[in-house]
Amino acid sequence: MDSQTQQPLYDYRAVKMFTVMAVVWGIVGMSVGVLIAAQLIWPVLNFDTPWLSFGRLRPLHTNAVIFAFGGCALMGSSFYVVQRTCQARLAGGPLIPFVFWGWQLVIVLAAITLPMGYTSTKEYAELEWPIDILITLVWVAYAIVFFGTIMKRRMSHIYVANWFYGAFIITVAVLHIVNSLAVPVSLTKSYSIYSGAVDAMVQWWYGHNAVGFYLTAGFLGMMYYFVPKQAGRPVYSYRLSIVHFWALVSVYIWAGPHHLHYTALPDWAQSLGMVMSLILLAPSWGGMINGMMTLSGAWHKLRTDPILRFLVVSLSFYGMSTFEGPMMAIKTVNSLSHYTDWTIGHVHSGALGWVAMISIGTIYHLIPVLFEKEKMHSIPAINLHFWLSTIGTVLYIASMWVNGIVQGLMWRAYNSDGSLTYSFAESVVASHPGYIVRFIGGSIFLFGMLVMAWNVWQTIRNGEELAAASSPAEVAA
Amino acid sequence: MSSFWSMWIVVLTTISIVLITWLLFSNRKIKSTKANQTTGHVYDGIEEYDNPLPSWWFKMFVASIVFAIGYLIAYPGMGNFPGLLNWTSVGKWENEVQQAEQATESLYQDFMNKDIPALAQDKKAMRLGKRIFANNCAICHGVNAEGSYGFPNLSDHDWLYGGSPEQIRTSITNGRSGSMPAWGSMLGHDGLAAMTDYVVNLSKATTADDNPAAKQFAMMCSACHGADGSGNQMMGAANLRDNIWLYGGDAGRIKQSIAKGRNGQMPAHHDKLSEEKIYLLTAYVYQLSSAENTNKP
Repeated sequence: MDSQTQQPLYDYRAVKMFTVMAVVWGIVGMSVGVLIAAQLIWPVLNFDTPWLSFGRLRPLHTNAVIFAFGGCALMGSSFYVVQRTCQARLAGGPLIPFVFWGWQLVIVLAAITLPMGYTSTKEYAELEWPIDILITLVWVAYAIVFFGTIMKRRMSHIYVANWFYGAFIITVAVLHIVNSLAVPVSLTKSYSIYSGAVDAMVQWWYGHNAVGFYLTAGFLGMMYYFVPKQAGRPVYSYRLSIVHFWALVSVYIWAGPHHLHYTALPDWAQSLGMVMSLILLAPSWGGMINGMMTLSGAWHKLRTDPILRFLVVSLSFYGMSTFEGPMMAIKTVNSLSHYTDWTIGHVHSGALGWVAMISIGTIYHLIPVLFEKEKMHSIPAINLHFWLSTIGTVLYIASMWVNGIVQGLMWRAYNSDGSLTYSFAESVVASHPGYIVRFIGGSIFLFGMLVMAWNVWQTIRNGEELAAASSPAEVAA
Repeated sequence: MSSFWSMWIVVLTTISIVLITWLLFSNRKIKSTKANQTTGHVYDGIEEYDNPLPSWWFKMFVASIVFAIGYLIAYPGMGNFPGLLNWTSVGKWENEVQQAEQATESLYQDFMNKDIPALAQDKKAMRLGKRIFANNCAICHGVNAEGSYGFPNLSDHDWLYGGSPEQIRTSITNGRSGSMPAWGSMLGHDGLAAMTDYVVNLSKATTADDNPAAKQFAMMCSACHGADGSGNQMMGAANLRDNIWLYGGDAGRIKQSIAKGRNGQMPAHHDKLSEEKIYLLTAYVYQLSSAENTNKP
């Protein structure tokens, strides 16, 4: 009741639900991740059951963390940011709950169909065609709500966070529709309309730009609001944000072929994918610089504010993985790293270090605001979570680097008589210690998520109510 | 690729790189007029400075564009233009294979001078043979050549196509294709059970002549497996009397083999391995069945 009289301007209902579900799906997705990491150490954990086997749970893990955890964090935060930076109430009316419940239905359907073995076999686009259609409907509704709100804005300019959220929404729609085009043969089976190398290229055009626009542009939108907001500092450079935004969105779309180096993909496409990936380094780092430099003059806040620490360390991991990515796109490096655990490590320095940590910082910022509490229930618990996340991520990445390089070197080693030095199984044996360290790192990260769930629960249930005096100021801001 | 699509790629690539370069240079501001001046926009309390692009970042960006242009001149990338270096991934691969073969040519050439039984005694040759086996054969036949379901054990003195050096060499060079037809519908339900019983007993040497399947065995099976079931290496028909089974020796598996038939494929290796390597590999496989190497079941 109070909330409606105090804050008539903004509609936080969907934001609240998305934010809470981001915590829930984060725990679910990462738990599956820890399970499949354990399966690589103890194969007995497949339980001889198809539904629990690595091959089926692995896409469930990736879908759950990217689309369920990441999706809820992006949709929730974008609905929050677009309202506050446009000074306008969310547009779309009934479409808003449709976006939330539709997306939750997509997630639940994924959680049912993937373990049952229904898959289109396209990485990060495994869901079968009826779910693809549902995703398209939800996504169009999401776009209407988001851009409808922008059109209602009461400012002349559009804030940079919304450029990134907007690019993410438009491009993901295009990627999803084009890559998922398929001929259905039954309710649960379809075949891609593309074939051979074209199919592979379309898939990785999608796959890489899912990274570029979903996991990079979308979360940069998050960064551009929550970093300056939490730091209480102006964004470092408007000019830099213009250059790196346009460069990022125009160059990213070219980079997909680097997933197909040394394959049947024509040489010209591989070369273009490689050079565009290298050009991508500077535009990617533009976001990191703008976020980091925003803190200049406010570095002391890092000592006392663990939320800000989450945001800043996520930018460090972002900078590291966007450096590593172009390096891995160089053909000679790729010939060592491709098909090894190095790729898994690279993905997780992005997924855990960047995507999860910026989302966690955002969630800690949002929960007290959304539920009108003074602050999070326990600041020391946020600090604990920060260290668990950082240590977990570092263990994960380091173990996969070691594994990847060991695998790459073992696979290419040959004797003076021209025969291979190692059999494949020997490289699996050599990877075993790394798998154990990765499992430990992942478990630590997951434990941190449980600490957050407890903290969020306590804040919503028992948190100190926001002092009435500060509310009008919030509205006026 | 048609010249239209080639031009399409060239034009799109050029436009992209030119636009990015223009974007970068047109927003370059060498010095900010006033330190930390904001743009004047305020969004939910967030302001924006109008600081210049960091110069090291600007230079890094320019360097990556310069590298890209240089790379696209030297290597294939701009549509049909092959690049000044005329590099292709196929060419690179062929070159590497050729170099590797040249490097090891003489090594294997020397082994051709020995006959296979003698080569099988040569410890150095067998070390190399083991590696060729590990790289090419172990995936089906096992690291110790012990075989597995559907893939013959090569160390048990039992040969489907013969264990002489020439026979082994032929098997590796040209491959083998074993085909046992399905007899389920011809035999019928009862006939299948009787035949299964008969074959199970063959390997125990307790065949009863009054088994009704004996007559059918003579009609259907003996053409390949021989009248007494001892097989025929000319066609790779298995010896059924030695209790060595490629597809399992329990009654259920034997029944399955009879009812549905079996198809075995050993791929030919003449286009995968050089003649010299096949020769060495033959010696290696030959010595696997020598007395000291026999894998006890």
